[in-house]
Amino acid sequence: MTKEMNLEDRFQNYVDGENKVEPKDWMPEKYRKTLIRQISQHAHSEVVGMLPEANWITRAPSLRRKIALLAKVQDEAGHGLYLYSAAETLGADRQDLVADLLSGKAKYSSIFNYPTPTWADMGAIGWLVDGAAIANQVMLCRTSYGPYARAMVRICKEESFHQRQGYEITMTLAKGTPAQKKLAQDALNRWWWPSIMMFGPSDDNSPNSAQSMQWKIKRKSNDELRQEFIDKTVPQAEYLGLTIPDPDLKWNEETGHYNYGEIDWEEFYNVIKGNGKCNKQRLEARNKAHDEGAWVREAANAYAEKQAARKKNETHAA
Amino acid sequence: MSTKDNWKIWEVFIRSRNGLSHKHVGSLHAPDAEMAIKNARDVYTRRSEGISIWVIPSDAVTASSPDESEPLFTPADDKVYRHPTFYEIPDEIGHM
Repeated sequence: MTKEMNLEDRFQNYVDGENKVEPKDWMPEKYRKTLIRQISQHAHSEVVGMLPEANWITRAPSLRRKIALLAKVQDEAGHGLYLYSAAETLGADRQDLVADLLSGKAKYSSIFNYPTPTWADMGAIGWLVDGAAIANQVMLCRTSYGPYARAMVRICKEESFHQRQGYEITMTLAKGTPAQKKLAQDALNRWWWPSIMMFGPSDDNSPNSAQSMQWKIKRKSNDELRQEFIDKTVPQAEYLGLTIPDPDLKWNEETGHYNYGEIDWEEFYNVIKGNGKCNKQRLEARNKAHDEGAWVREAANAYAEKQAARKKNETHAA
Repeated sequence: MSTKDNWKIWEVFIRSRNGLSHKHVGSLHAPDAEMAIKNARDVYTRRSEGISIWVIPSDAVTASSPDESEPLFTPADDKVYRHPTFYEIPDEIGHM
């Protein structure tokens, strides 16, 4: 018991010294579990995050927009793979993680349960959803678990194009015809609140945050990150001549931050529980893709086995 | 899913330019080495990050134990005489 305590104290000291924890290092079981849950949820979010945008690839308004959107969605697949690999360094099994996503047991970011009815949503997702994700991911580049931090560095490098292409789409619409500007405003109206909910419950309602902060898995609180994102985004909306749908949004001279209105947490928890507009559709799409890809996995297995057998025969013959 | 597949984990190393050594960039799943190279190309070189890829089955890596890092690595810490700056050479001699 005391030995266990010592290990935990030593671990905390090590982390407090800004040292990175690596896969084979001793770590508290709860640290490992928390990370597996967080990293795999992050991976699932990248994978499910492809779906709302995939909806528009074939209908992108120009070739330039289409190749950008394709590249972005391809990046998201790649980001999912980096993250699953990081989770595996903690002893998680890839197939178990995927199975948990497909059965609905595992969570992913609720934002992807909102629909994308117009092209302007591609702009809003890149600008706001990726913007919020970047705020979180920049912080995670300094997370205490080495493989997670390294995956985040790689992801952040690739992600900044995502936000810029989204802002460009929104800007083109905002500076276009009145009908186009209306599309951009409508998308902002629908994505604003879900985007600022992406940072999770407010600090006083986020029971696991304290431990994650102590272990330096998280480096900033949900509310800090949310505030950072809002402060950055408001001037970007003003530049476009678009209005953020929050009547309480106001610059606060004293704090040097924007005040913002009450978040509808009931909606947040409702979508997490599975009652968002697209929860069912997203899981169905993932399951369909997985099932329809079964033959590819089987063929790859059969081919690998055949090659291995052939190689064995050759060495025997020689 | 009908069967558990037997895809191994592979460690991926990329040479970014001619003359530089291969550097570890991450890992991935693949049924065999050939597929691992193909997957690595898609996952790790989407932005011209490399001109050569190595893949190695993760279970083929033998690593030093973190518990042994002190006896393994600290003996080198107090051997400053292994570095050129330990030796005093007069300025008149120029670069040596």
